[in-house]
Amino acid sequence: MLIITCPWCGARPEVEFRYGGEAHIARPADPSALTDAEWADFLYNRTNPKGLHAERWRHIHGCGRYFNALRDTVSDFFVTTYKAGEKRPDIDASSGGSK
Amino acid sequence: MTNRFRTASGGRIDRAAPLSFRFDGQTFSGFKGDTLASALIANGVHLVGRSFKYHRPRGFLSAGSDEPNALVNVARDAARAAPNLRATQVELYEGLKAQSQNRWPSLSFDAGAVNDLAAPFLPAGFYYKTFMWPAGAWKRFYEPKIRAMAGLGVAPDLPDPDRYTQNHAHCDVLVVGAGPAGLAAALAAAESGAKVILCDEQAELGGSLLSETTATIEGKPAADWLAATLATLTARDNVTLMPRTTAFGYFPHNHIALAERVTEHLAAPGPDLPRERLWEVRAKEVVIAAGALERPLVFPDNDRPGVLLADSARTYANRYGTKVGERAVIFTACDAGYRAALDLKAAGVSIAAIADLRAEVSGELPSRALAAGIDVRPSTVLVGTKGRLRVASAQLAKVTKGAVGPAETIACDSVLMSGGFTPSVHLFSQSRGKLVWDGAAGAYLPGTSVERERSAGACRGVNGLQRVLEDGYAQGEAAALAARTYTSPARGATPAPAAPSRSIPASAEDLGTDGFIGATPHGRNPAFTKAFVDWQNDVTAKDLKLATREGMRSIEHVKRYTTTGMATDQGKTSNMNALGIVSEALDTPVPKIGLTTFRPPFTPTTFGLFAGAARGDVFDPVRKTAIHDWAAEHGAAFEDVGNWKRAHYFPRAGEDMHAAVARECKAVRASVGMFDASTLGKIEVVGPDAAEFMNRMYTNAWAKLEPGRLRYGVMLREDGFVMDDGVVGRMAADRFHVTTTTGGAPRVLAHMEDYLQTEWPDLDVWLTSTTEQWSVIAVQGPKAREVIAPLIEGIDLSKEAFPHMSVREGTILGVPTRLFSVSFTGELGFEINVPSAYGRAVWEAVYAAGERFGITPYGTETMHVLRAEKGYIIVGQETDGTATPDDVNLGWAVGKAKKDFVGKRSLLRESMSAPDRRQLVGLKTTDPKIVLEEGAQIVADPAAPVPVPMLGFVTSSYHSAVLGRSIALAMVKGGRARIGTKLMVPMPTHAIEVEVVEPVFYDPKGERLNG
Ligand SMILES: [Zn+2]
Repeated sequence: MLIITCPWCGARPEVEFRYGGEAHIARPADPSALTDAEWADFLYNRTNPKGLHAERWRHIHGCGRYFNALRDTVSDFFVTTYKAGEKRPDIDASSGGSK
Repeated sequence: MTNRFRTASGGRIDRAAPLSFRFDGQTFSGFKGDTLASALIANGVHLVGRSFKYHRPRGFLSAGSDEPNALVNVARDAARAAPNLRATQVELYEGLKAQSQNRWPSLSFDAGAVNDLAAPFLPAGFYYKTFMWPAGAWKRFYEPKIRAMAGLGVAPDLPDPDRYTQNHAHCDVLVVGAGPAGLAAALAAAESGAKVILCDEQAELGGSLLSETTATIEGKPAADWLAATLATLTARDNVTLMPRTTAFGYFPHNHIALAERVTEHLAAPGPDLPRERLWEVRAKEVVIAAGALERPLVFPDNDRPGVLLADSARTYANRYGTKVGERAVIFTACDAGYRAALDLKAAGVSIAAIADLRAEVSGELPSRALAAGIDVRPSTVLVGTKGRLRVASAQLAKVTKGAVGPAETIACDSVLMSGGFTPSVHLFSQSRGKLVWDGAAGAYLPGTSVERERSAGACRGVNGLQRVLEDGYAQGEAAALAARTYTSPARGATPAPAAPSRSIPASAEDLGTDGFIGATPHGRNPAFTKAFVDWQNDVTAKDLKLATREGMRSIEHVKRYTTTGMATDQGKTSNMNALGIVSEALDTPVPKIGLTTFRPPFTPTTFGLFAGAARGDVFDPVRKTAIHDWAAEHGAAFEDVGNWKRAHYFPRAGEDMHAAVARECKAVRASVGMFDASTLGKIEVVGPDAAEFMNRMYTNAWAKLEPGRLRYGVMLREDGFVMDDGVVGRMAADRFHVTTTTGGAPRVLAHMEDYLQTEWPDLDVWLTSTTEQWSVIAVQGPKAREVIAPLIEGIDLSKEAFPHMSVREGTILGVPTRLFSVSFTGELGFEINVPSAYGRAVWEAVYAAGERFGITPYGTETMHVLRAEKGYIIVGQETDGTATPDDVNLGWAVGKAKKDFVGKRSLLRESMSAPDRRQLVGLKTTDPKIVLEEGAQIVADPAAPVPVPMLGFVTSSYHSAVLGRSIALAMVKGGRARIGTKLMVPMPTHAIEVEVVEPVFYDPKGERLNG
């Protein structure tokens, strides 16, 4: 079981968290301005990378906050976590480590 | 009490403490300190099981957790029985009762042994090839037969009366294995001040030191050094010693699972003790000191009782004072065979011969064997053994330039073999560390780490007692140092193993690194020989070769095809030999064949350990409302809705469900009923931006809803499909009392939190779950107002002042209430929200006040019927995640003028308003007595050629008492346009004719709502 670092509470076991899908996909400010294809892209298409993946997690059995994480989909380990609204940290996959 | 096969003296058994035990109904004796295996061997018993597939007689192969053969059932009583225990790990206690397994009718005569004669017809992959068809025959016929014939033990069918506990522990350094490397590692880490846990699967800590008779460490006999070291560790308050504790699983971020057997070794376990404890350890650093496992040699008939691993025979002699026989033949590819021969000879076993696979035999141990007058034969193999239930002779043959010469038969009652040692890399591999092939060691060794762990001693290929001790000390010290600078569970670059930092002088026989992998030559017709590789799964060298001939190339494919290494012993004794045989058959080097993955558990683990306390009533939380006990006292039948227990109906004497529901329905329509709606999800949405937030989350328009009014809200997912619904009360400009479906509450709150936190953090809104805070008492029926009127204070209940779909705050019996005028029945209705602590008191008061109107408590079934008569949907029953609001006739609830809400954009897609979408309609069977089955398919013409086009399905179906006929709701393609037409509902025996109707069956104008 992984240890995940909630940016608000600190390191906690994985069972306290719930996955929330890919991060940094903002809901369009005016959905009605989008074509069907653009809307479908927002709704359904995800990057599914091999390597670093920015994703949302919620500390559901703790503070209840959503936050973002960079996780290496090859090793399953988290590289870093950061608060919702913050920019994706500029880390490349080769830095390898996990936090 | 004499044991014929006891040594005259010595061993770690307590000869002053004799114990009596039973095996297969026969009484034997042993000593405290014995395992079931050592005690049976001391009594001359080697035949302890029948093999899995061929039912061949089997004896002990090893003395530890790698034992593949000697699986027994140990039973204290009918409920306390544990099958498949390795007799080599079962500690003897007074009165122990054990049974052999997988034999019928008895061990010495087993009807299944006919499989052995039929062996030419049971090759590798036999099950796959033979039992494929006819379809269904596997489940009906083959599987039960094969299971009966080739089963392992039988689990007891009574509930387990014992307790199992689950615990968490944290430490700086966890050391797995308390042999010389682990002890030294624990010592070093403890001296560095680290908090240390040292666990070992055995009853006694010490590992290989427990079998040493002549070795010395720091000038003391090994046993004395062990005792002194354990005393030192025990005295330290930063060290926890855990014997009988198996580290069975290595999970991410140094999360190690330990199984501690607490009472298995006790004759009379105290009632306060759990049987086992699960320890979930989080260690900053882990030192794996798992040692090495001796490899068998793969030669014909190497599975007869009396054929053992050489070092195990030495352990029986040195540690348990038990001789495996009177006269042994030894077959070895390394010096371990000589060490065993010398120790057994000293214990009084005569050594008939040592057959050594190697041509060159030199060094200290062979020299000592020769000096002791043992018949040592280099370049010699065993080409077979004889004996029915016990080995009686071995056939030895000289190998000259690869050719096997004529065999010489040597009488013996035991054959001891050693192919060298395989480092136990199971835990390292479980940690996802990369193994690397070490050609010099002829073994896979730990390479790159993934976790914060390091291996020490024999499990990383270090050999020689002094080197192992010093390596253990160095790794323990390095682990403690790393733990001191620990900041996160992440492993950085794999550090090079620490160099020895302290000298721990020790003297012991040096075994070197010789060994053999694969099958030894025998020159016999392979069709008529069985040279076993995997004892537990009955896999022979021939089976592996067959698999390669049939095209298997990867070891993973060979494993699955032959089942080698797939038994409960996880291939501890078989994996490397299997690799060697496949490597030779394919003429491909071992590292190119690959290695199968080691998976948890290291040894079999009980279900009790995993279940812990989560059994029976506490398996899953049960949620009960404040009114639950009243309902139970009034005879309610309950149904499970999620974790909730809900009153399903309230049968009176002589009533079945149908009769009770019909009575309850009529009472509500004719007078008044009451219903516990407390399980509804409730969320308090509060803040200056609450109305704006509600506008965005629900399809409805909220801005103009005045405080004091209710509105039925529909919530969509972003894809436009109905997710939840519920009545929402506006308590104040900045406060909403939101209700959700019973099952949907957590999902809806998470959905709201998601948008609030991540899309609109600028909105000033707070969300609080209040599901448990409110009891909800629904009072429904024409007399509802009259029932509650005398109890309510501070609210004008008149029709004009308190119209349908309103909310008022006041008191009931002095208890603050949020009173809703709302109906899910189509009748005049109220929902009384009161703090849960007063739920039952208010319920009882309402019940008493309603007595003069014959108030009738009703359950969820009646609630379902009444709402279906009105065509009210239940999200999750009429909807399945693909229904738009319009599909279920809720188009009116969508705020068309709103610029945006969650799901709005998706509703604009053309297909979301296509006329042939499935739409909610009512169905009336032509025969009013027929109640359709929910889920039944709907077609136009059941006689149409298959596949018959499906038009939809029945979502709700009941008998309606007030209408005196059946009613149903259904989702039907283009359903609204089909109203007035006939469709068919095909059933297995016939098709049922139905008429498509409007989905509101009762009071279509809604006149009854206002009372
Ligand atoms: Zn948190």
